[in-house]
Amino acid sequence: MNNTSQQSLTYNPSLTRNIGNKALTFISAIFAIISVLPLILVISYVLIKGGSYINLDTLILEPEPPGDDLLSAGGIGPAITGTFIMSVIASIISIPVGVAGGIYLAEYSKSGNFAKFIRFGSNVLAGVPSIIAGVFIYASIVSTKILFGSMFSGIAGGISLSILMLPTIIKTTDEALKLVPNDLRRAAFGVGASKFKMITNITLPVAFSSISTGVLLALARAAGETAPLIFTALFSRYYITSFDDLFYEMGSLSVLIYNFALEPYESQNQLAWAASFILVVVLLSLNILSRWIGTLGAFSKSKV
Amino acid sequence: MEKETKSKFTLRRRPTSEKLVDVSFKNTVVAMASMVAVVLFSIFAVVYYESTDSISRYGLRFLFSSAWNPVTDEYGAFTAIYGTLFTSIASLLIAIPLGVGTAIFITENIIPEYIRNLIGIMVELLAAIPSVVLGLWAVFIMEPFIRPYLNIIYELFGFIPFFSTKPLGAGMMPAILILVVMILPIITSISKDSLKQVPSKLRQAAYGIGASRWTTIFKVIIPAAISGITGGVLLALGRAMGETMAVTMIIGNSNNFSWSIFAPSYTISSMLANQFGEADGSQVSSLMYAALILMILTLLVNVFAQWIVKKLSLKYQ
Repeated sequence: MNNTSQQSLTYNPSLTRNIGNKALTFISAIFAIISVLPLILVISYVLIKGGSYINLDTLILEPEPPGDDLLSAGGIGPAITGTFIMSVIASIISIPVGVAGGIYLAEYSKSGNFAKFIRFGSNVLAGVPSIIAGVFIYASIVSTKILFGSMFSGIAGGISLSILMLPTIIKTTDEALKLVPNDLRRAAFGVGASKFKMITNITLPVAFSSISTGVLLALARAAGETAPLIFTALFSRYYITSFDDLFYEMGSLSVLIYNFALEPYESQNQLAWAASFILVVVLLSLNILSRWIGTLGAFSKSKV
Repeated sequence: MEKETKSKFTLRRRPTSEKLVDVSFKNTVVAMASMVAVVLFSIFAVVYYESTDSISRYGLRFLFSSAWNPVTDEYGAFTAIYGTLFTSIASLLIAIPLGVGTAIFITENIIPEYIRNLIGIMVELLAAIPSVVLGLWAVFIMEPFIRPYLNIIYELFGFIPFFSTKPLGAGMMPAILILVVMILPIITSISKDSLKQVPSKLRQAAYGIGASRWTTIFKVIIPAAISGITGGVLLALGRAMGETMAVTMIIGNSNNFSWSIFAPSYTISSMLANQFGEADGSQVSSLMYAALILMILTLLVNVFAQWIVKKLSLKYQ
């Protein structure tokens, strides 16, 4: 063994390949920092700037018409309840449909042509821009006044949000059920359970935590959407007081942000920041909650 | 022998009610699954039906004219189509190196795992921030911050048509930047997932024959994960083309065509968000025509994404 070959086996930092490696590692680290930077900047601005405008009045009062009162713009109370109500309407529609659709894909037809078509369809539906969902609901529900003669309404807004939630829920239900081991299904059949019993008593409970993760993520996405609401639910400055109010215009946090951000008045802009604070806090908590639930399941992705 | 066991186990007949429940449950889930197809087809049908007036009136001319005049009833979506394609592709070109670079950084063992996981979660949380909040941030914080730098570019390179107008607030460039922020999480998380799925044997083999870390990444890991990365990039493209709120708030909403990326412009979705509420008559059908074009564009990108993932995916199992 001569000296040179021994040298070539030891790490030599001045070699081109080692310098190149270091440089590329450095660049990728910079890229990672750049990617995280917007999150930190957006969240800190929203929390600090938005948080400073939060008080009891902002949370409860109804917003004043822009330009009416330059000192106080009122509050975002109706928008908070509006976002909540429309998210509930969207969930009532999309959770049963989505979970049932997912059950069909995973339990009844794993690789049939119809199932393939539905999977393809839900991928395509997931890619449909949210504004198109708004346009669709406007054309089919709002302008035709099909909902008992009402035009812009909270219900129409909820329906358009449900279109956005549907593909996510179907996909996560499908994937969650597929992760349930087949042994459980055979065992259920073995003791004489019907397919309905097997699904409702065995596979759905096992997959419950993964499915709720998907539902929460879909909900978090829908609650922050603006585009489908701007011409379906429109905006309202008032609280809903009765069931009938569901059939009229309804305010929401996201539309409030959009409308008031573009107003020339400082106090309206402040309300927009306050609304973003509430929206971001709620959505981030929903996301973190869904991650936490996802780790609870017996057959969640991380454990299989 | 087989007959005996059979008779022994068919003693319990399944009651009719149980069968009925089973069958009706199956029919219910089939019906619910078909809802996806129903919704998808009705979206297409409704948007197409509403735009027939405009399609028969303007035909393909609609795609190449940038007139948008409700008074003379003359409509063309060239500015919006150009804006949609330009902003989404430009933002993609910025976001691909950033996103894939970040994904590589958090899948390699350069720094401790908990920091890498933290970065991964933070990038994914970025996707949870609603686009209207990003728009608000872009209008009040980002755009005033970058304007001086854009001005420097304008003064230095103003002779190039792309930089030929003075940046005065809302415009295409801030919209591109906010789109980068929005699609970065998609590219990063999908690239990360597909990089993680590359079997570690491939990496060990590359290291074993003397490849350095980045040779391994460029020659082995990325080629093995390219199907997932491409799929993620195409999904991000589809998302960028359909993105509405943040872009509407910052792009300036002007139908005057300009080559400059500092000038106000339009995308199809921002045009819809901006005008649909107050439109009537032939303007509605023209907007529907634009919506149809947007749908077809995103549909093509999404279908291509699904196809390419299938086509390129290498099977290692």
